[in-house]
Order: sequence, then structure tokens, then C-alpha cells
Amino acid sequence: MNDKYVSIEYAGQTFDTRNGPFVALRDINLAVRQGEFVSLIGHSGCGKSTLLNLIAGLAQPTEGVLLCAGREIKGPGPDRAMVFQNHSLLPWLSCFQNVYLAVERVFSKTENKRQLRARTSAALNMVGLRHAEHKLPHEISGGMKQRVGIARALAIEPKVLLLDEPFGALDSLTRAHLQDELLRIVASTGTTAIMVTHDVDEAVLLSDRIVMLSNGPAATIGEILDVPLPRPRNRLALVGDPGYASCHAAVMRFLHQRRVDPRASVEPAATLVAPQTKTTEAGHMERMERNENPTVVEAS
Amino acid sequence: MDTLAAPPATRPSNPSWLNRAAGVFAACAGPAAGGAMLVIAWQLISLRIPEIPGPWPTLASAIQVFEHPFHRTGPNDVGMGWNILASLGRVAMGFLLAAAVGIPTGFLIGRFKTLNAICSPVISLLRPVSPLAWLPLGLLLFRAANPAAIWAIFICSIWPIIINTADGVRRIPQDYLNVARVLNLSEWKVFKSILLPSVLPYLITGTRLSIGTAWLVIVAAEMLTGGTGIGFWLWDEWNNMNVEHILVAVFVIGVVGMLLDAALLALGRRYSHKEG
Repeated sequence: MNDKYVSIEYAGQTFDTRNGPFVALRDINLAVRQGEFVSLIGHSGCGKSTLLNLIAGLAQPTEGVLLCAGREIKGPGPDRAMVFQNHSLLPWLSCFQNVYLAVERVFSKTENKRQLRARTSAALNMVGLRHAEHKLPHEISGGMKQRVGIARALAIEPKVLLLDEPFGALDSLTRAHLQDELLRIVASTGTTAIMVTHDVDEAVLLSDRIVMLSNGPAATIGEILDVPLPRPRNRLALVGDPGYASCHAAVMRFLHQRRVDPRASVEPAATLVAPQTKTTEAGHMERMERNENPTVVEAS
Repeated sequence: MDTLAAPPATRPSNPSWLNRAAGVFAACAGPAAGGAMLVIAWQLISLRIPEIPGPWPTLASAIQVFEHPFHRTGPNDVGMGWNILASLGRVAMGFLLAAAVGIPTGFLIGRFKTLNAICSPVISLLRPVSPLAWLPLGLLLFRAANPAAIWAIFICSIWPIIINTADGVRRIPQDYLNVARVLNLSEWKVFKSILLPSVLPYLITGTRLSIGTAWLVIVAAEMLTGGTGIGFWLWDEWNNMNVEHILVAVFVIGVVGMLLDAALLALGRRYSHKEG
């Protein structure tokens, strides 16, 4: 397993606006292991989607560098498949055709049509939509559309699966159902996944690590929390689990603190000059076991 | 238990054809009432003004005209079918030329802001000019009536096609383009799978507008250029003072225009997509 499968080094993003430069992100340092599930969480407008777009290659960082599997990310590519918040299915193509478009792009050089069709069907089967493959997107529910989006992303066997608030637009029952399904799929395929979310439960349930971003402008990684809960995880079994509760509390505490006073951490951060890349996983776990208020580490 | 299960099985079959008949009746009632009102108003006018023939003489005359739609006994005596086909042929010719020029132009204008800035004022200036104002220029350029009429159709068809295509290209959701970027689709695949289906509904709207105008213009152009066509026939019948034939021509022009519009509307419905 590669410890630095996705590696973000000193990445920053500055936009040129009418009122001069706007720093959206600065000093982002993060390494994602192969097969790891990482969530990016933070208040809206903190730049978490911007960071995901940088990993996707849809935008270029103004500072620093991003690597995927040892190669610099210079643009978008099918090795980093994206599940969009609003599913982004092409409305004139059936579910099958939407997935096939992606499969054809990636595998048509090495496989024949029958194999491409088999791949498409297998992907739809994985998300339980074999029966709806010939329906158009407007004929199926929001949850089903998002499942097609996930099938489309996974069908091309990406190195990294990027999810941009994938379940944000769904009702809570559908969301829970799809989260369970994503847990199962990620476990069976071993895909590396990076997900943007603002749902604390979702982050704790799905992630191996939760990356918490400080409030923008000039957002950066405020804290990284390990989620040491054993897998396979079961939503119901975790309800009373003390480990789950302490993770949940740690994230809530971080987010709440930021909302009350976004600058609250600036002063202590100046004294704690340890860069966040040095925060060891062991240290995090230890803190969590002692149920301490997690130390806020922020380079400023 | 058997008695409980039986009724629901027979119930749906009974009113299904009745429902359908009621639906057909409801759909026909409005147009039938409108048609009846038109005929009554027409009859009243023809009673007040004796030069205007009433509905019945006109109908009799129409039956006569359509008895041999494809006869050809001389340059000024050509069957109605040929006249309609001649007009439709010119519209098709002019429209196809306009589409061949207008669709690529619309794509380019929609895609590139600079091109839009350059072309927008020119289009705004030329678009309100009546296509008939271009007819003399067409006659000067081509020195023949038929190409000049096609030229007028070309000019009037091209603006709605350009404007609607460009608008459709500008309205392609960024999400769809992001899908293309993440998958690294080839330019041709992006055009075929995303740009074209996304723009098609706008393109068909543009087509509908331009065919509508083209059909308006061809009648006027043929009155001026002569030769064949429904417009020429109408003008010829005016010279013959055959008012019944003029009214027949008015209805024929109306019906053909209506059918063209209905066909394009159906085409538009076929290729429209519901945002999912």
C-alpha cells in the first residue's frame, strides 16, 4: 500500500476578482493512503469543494503541487472519477448509456463492445439498478440518479473516487441507504476515496480520517481526525458506541468553535507552530481515547 | 371471497374506450367551435359585401381546383399541387442554405465571446430588415427570379437559426462540460454526446421560427418574381379577378403553414429532454 497515493503539498488557490486577489485556500498539506477513505469537512464557503476540484484537476492550484500515484495532477482525467453533488447525468442518455459513455472512453482501446457492455451492466448491478438501466434520468428518483452517478464513476475503475457532497440533495432515509451502499462498495472494491461533506454523521460513518478545514477566506487544514472504528461498520451498532460518539463530538466541537468565532484559533495557533503534517495518527487516537479537546493545529 | 375479487377485474375494461371517446370529443370540441365561428363570420361578411364569395361557392371552387392537382396545360395553368411543391421547394432550398451557414455560425458565436461581440451588432442591425428589402439585391446578384426568391428565404431564415443556436450553446450547463472534462472525452465525442443534444431543442425552436417566417416571405416574394408557386398563383388569380381562387389560396397557405409548424413542433418534442 502506498502511503502517499494522493499527495497535496503546500497547495494554495488564489482567485483574481474585481476587488483584487482572493485567497481561497493556502498551505494545504495532505497525504492520502491507497484504499483510504478521507472526508473533507468544514463550513460552507471554506473551500472544500475548491480543494476537491484541485484534486480532480478541474482547477489548477496557484501555489504548491498535487500528485496522484506519483504523478503531478495537470488536468482532469478518468483516473480520478468524480461523483457530482447534482449527479450530472446527461438527460438525453439512459442510465446504461450514461455509464457506457464513461466505460467506452476508458476501456474501448483494449476491450470489445460485448466486454464494455458487460462492464456497464456490472457497474449498474453493483448499485442495484440493473432493472432501471434503460430509463432516462428524469424517470427515476433522486437517490437512483445519484446511484447511477456512483456507478458511472466506479465503472471506469478510477485510482481515486472523488465525491462532492454526493448525498447532500437527498432526503435523510435515502441518504442513509446510499451511505450504507457506499460503505459496502468501497469495502468490496478497495477504492481510495475523498469525499466533501458537511454532514458530521456521514463523515464519521464512512471515513478513516476526517480533514477539517478552517473557515475561509484563506482556509487551510485546521485538524485531521482519525476514525479508529473497526470495519465493516454498522450504522445501528455505532449508535451507542463510545468511539463513534467521541469522534462525532470532536468534529462538532471543531465546527462549532469556528462558527462562534472563526478567528478563535488564530492566537493559540501562533504558539503551536507544529505543521499539521506532523500530527501523528497515534497522537490523535490517544487524544481521542482521553476524550480531550483536540488541539487545534493551524499554520499561520 | 370470489364475489369480492370479481368486480375489480371487469371494471377497467368497461370505461377505457368510453374515456378515450370522451377525450377525443373534448379535444375536438374547441377547434370545431372555432371553425364554425369563422364560417359564420365569413358568411355574414359575404352577405354584406357581395364581391366577397361565401364559404359554399369557395368550397365548390376549391374542389374544382384540387380535382387535378398535378395537371400542367401551360405556363399559366399549372395544378395546385405543383404550385405548392414549387413554393415548398424554394423554402427548403433557402432554409437548407441558411441552416448550413447559420448552425456553425451559431455554434462559434455561442462558444467564443469575442466572436459574439463582433457579430452581435451586425446581426442586430440586419435582423429587423424585411427579407423583401433584400429581393432587389438578390435579383441584381443572380439576375434570375428563382435564385432571388431563395436568397430572400435564406436571409430571413438565417437570423433565428444563428441566434437560437448561439443561445443554446451558451446555456449548456457547466456540469455536463465537467463530466466531459473528468472523462477526458475527445472533441468529437463532446460535440456528439453533449453539445449537440444539449443545443438541439434550441436549434429546433430556431428552425420553427425561421420556417414560419420563410413561409410568410415566399408568398410575397413569388408575387413579385412570378413564375410558379402559390404566391404567384394568388397574384395571377387577382389579375383574373377570381376572388374565390384568392380565398382558396389563402386557406392553402394557412393549412400548409400550420402543417409545417405542427411537424416541427412534433420534431421538437421528440428531441427535447427533460432536465433530470
